[in-house]
Amino acid sequence: MAAESPAASATTAAPPAADRSSRSPGSRLASAVLVLPGVVWLTILFLVPLLIMVVISFGTSDATGGVVLDQPTFDNYARTLDASFLPTFLNSLRYALIVTVLSLVIGYPVAYWISRYGGSHKALLIVIVMLPFWTSYIIRTYAWMIMLRDNGVVNSILQALGITSEPIILLNTDFSVILGMTYGFLPFAILPLFVSIDRLDPSLVAAARDLYASGRSAFLHVTLPLTMPGIVAAAILTFIPAMGDFVTPDLLGGAETTTIAKVIQGVFLQGRDWPYGAALGFVLMLVTLGGTFLAIGPLRREVAGA
Amino acid sequence: MKPRNRLLTIYAAIVYVFLFAPIVVLIVFSFNDSKRSVNWKGFTLDWYPTLFTDHALVDALSVTLRLALVVVIISTVVGTLLGLALARVRFRGRAATETLLLLPMVTPEIIMGLSLLVFFSAALGWHGSFTQLVFAQVTFCISYVAIVVRARAAGMSAQLEEAARDLGASALGAFRYVTLPLIFPAILSGALLSFALSFDDYVVTTFNAGVGSSTLPLYIYGRVKFGVTPEINAISTIIVTVTAVAVLVAWYTGQRRNATRAVTEDESETDLAAPPPPATPTSRAGAGA
Repeated sequence: MAAESPAASATTAAPPAADRSSRSPGSRLASAVLVLPGVVWLTILFLVPLLIMVVISFGTSDATGGVVLDQPTFDNYARTLDASFLPTFLNSLRYALIVTVLSLVIGYPVAYWISRYGGSHKALLIVIVMLPFWTSYIIRTYAWMIMLRDNGVVNSILQALGITSEPIILLNTDFSVILGMTYGFLPFAILPLFVSIDRLDPSLVAAARDLYASGRSAFLHVTLPLTMPGIVAAAILTFIPAMGDFVTPDLLGGAETTTIAKVIQGVFLQGRDWPYGAALGFVLMLVTLGGTFLAIGPLRREVAGA
Repeated sequence: MKPRNRLLTIYAAIVYVFLFAPIVVLIVFSFNDSKRSVNWKGFTLDWYPTLFTDHALVDALSVTLRLALVVVIISTVVGTLLGLALARVRFRGRAATETLLLLPMVTPEIIMGLSLLVFFSAALGWHGSFTQLVFAQVTFCISYVAIVVRARAAGMSAQLEEAARDLGASALGAFRYVTLPLIFPAILSGALLSFALSFDDYVVTTFNAGVGSSTLPLYIYGRVKFGVTPEINAISTIIVTVTAVAVLVAWYTGQRRNATRAVTEDESETDLAAPPPPATPTSRAGAGA
């Protein structure tokens, strides 16, 4: 990463005290004790595995499924660009983009409502939004199976209301996958949106109104731009898990729905072609991290700073 | 403003219903006296006792709880130290460390799962075990603990520690009697988050579990693939209730801590910095996937 952002440095550390104490050997030892365990852990168990994954993606697998590295090759990457894989990749991207947009559109008004009209219950309202997030993702996805199957709750209601006579096929469709993912990741979107809307000083909007801005233009020209960091953070926090989601397409999408994560899972746990799986993983990582690095500044401010 | 306010309130109510409807339906069907749980056939509690006759499920639950305990302890200690360092200490490479901390949160879980699988297999010849799961899960929990603790420690004034030092406290003493009590709510939140992350994790776990280290999410996933059953509804209801109660209790005690801090004499409850609501998790990119 480049130099640290002003926001990050402004919110951390008390410079005089830290400067003074960092000169004594005792506190240098103390800072090593604080910093090293985490940094060493994440380096060995996060960065090194990623590197190994990248290295293996240039290898080939032998007949027994072992990885051979003596002749580095780009074949695995050529296969990820192969016409047969492209639809899968685009499918994942399509799901992730639709889910991100839906989460922002659905989540923003809710976050706005909590911040502006939540009063003394704001914290509780946010905790309630986050409650589904705390419960198992698998269980929440499973709950949609109960809702959406042919003889499920939604079809029962539709038939009882006389809207349809035959059950509509809802499960194992694009609709069910997008619904399940949006449901699953909506809390990720609402929380950062709420934080940035709540941080916005309402008197700025009042000032715009005093200067004869309409409610609409005050929102478009004051509220929206000033909450953009929250929108970016929300988009990242939704897009990344949606792009790599394996559970929802598997449980709500059925065998027909293929996504990049489902292919990776299949390669690693059923097949033994690790180099190909590693190449797929690296491509997925490039796509998600590419988006993230474009926006990591706002994310750092939203998640780590302030 | 009034009508728009009402419209927005109705909209928010609909979204809240959307968030909870599937979970409520799941809970209701766990009490349904019907094997196929299609229509309501009357109230029963039968599905709950049958859970505990299922040895695979009980074993999975035991593995999950033991794993979560170890993961919470390690990740809370390591994450708290790193969070404190980022809030308090100036060291070379701090910006890089911050990025290193955020990267696991913005890496798709499946990437983390497969890279750890490859790492353990290539470097150590391990092919899935309880120990491997501990290492794998702590790796994605550290960031959450560190970020929660860091936010709290950055929000409290460093002058408090300096004051303690000026009054003759040792560095360790200032930490033990000033810093630690002040950041304790954040440590608790971080530990709770780690517990939830470990307890629920499916993706990283599925890549790193071995024979005999199958966890509850793995067990449930295997069953869910074959359709809806009342037993799954029942175990899901228990899990959902336990997490919901834990979160609400943590939030409620956090509220009380704030309300009573002015009158209490217990210094561990004294709270000078404006605290975030302890039960509000920061974020959890990828972890839910």
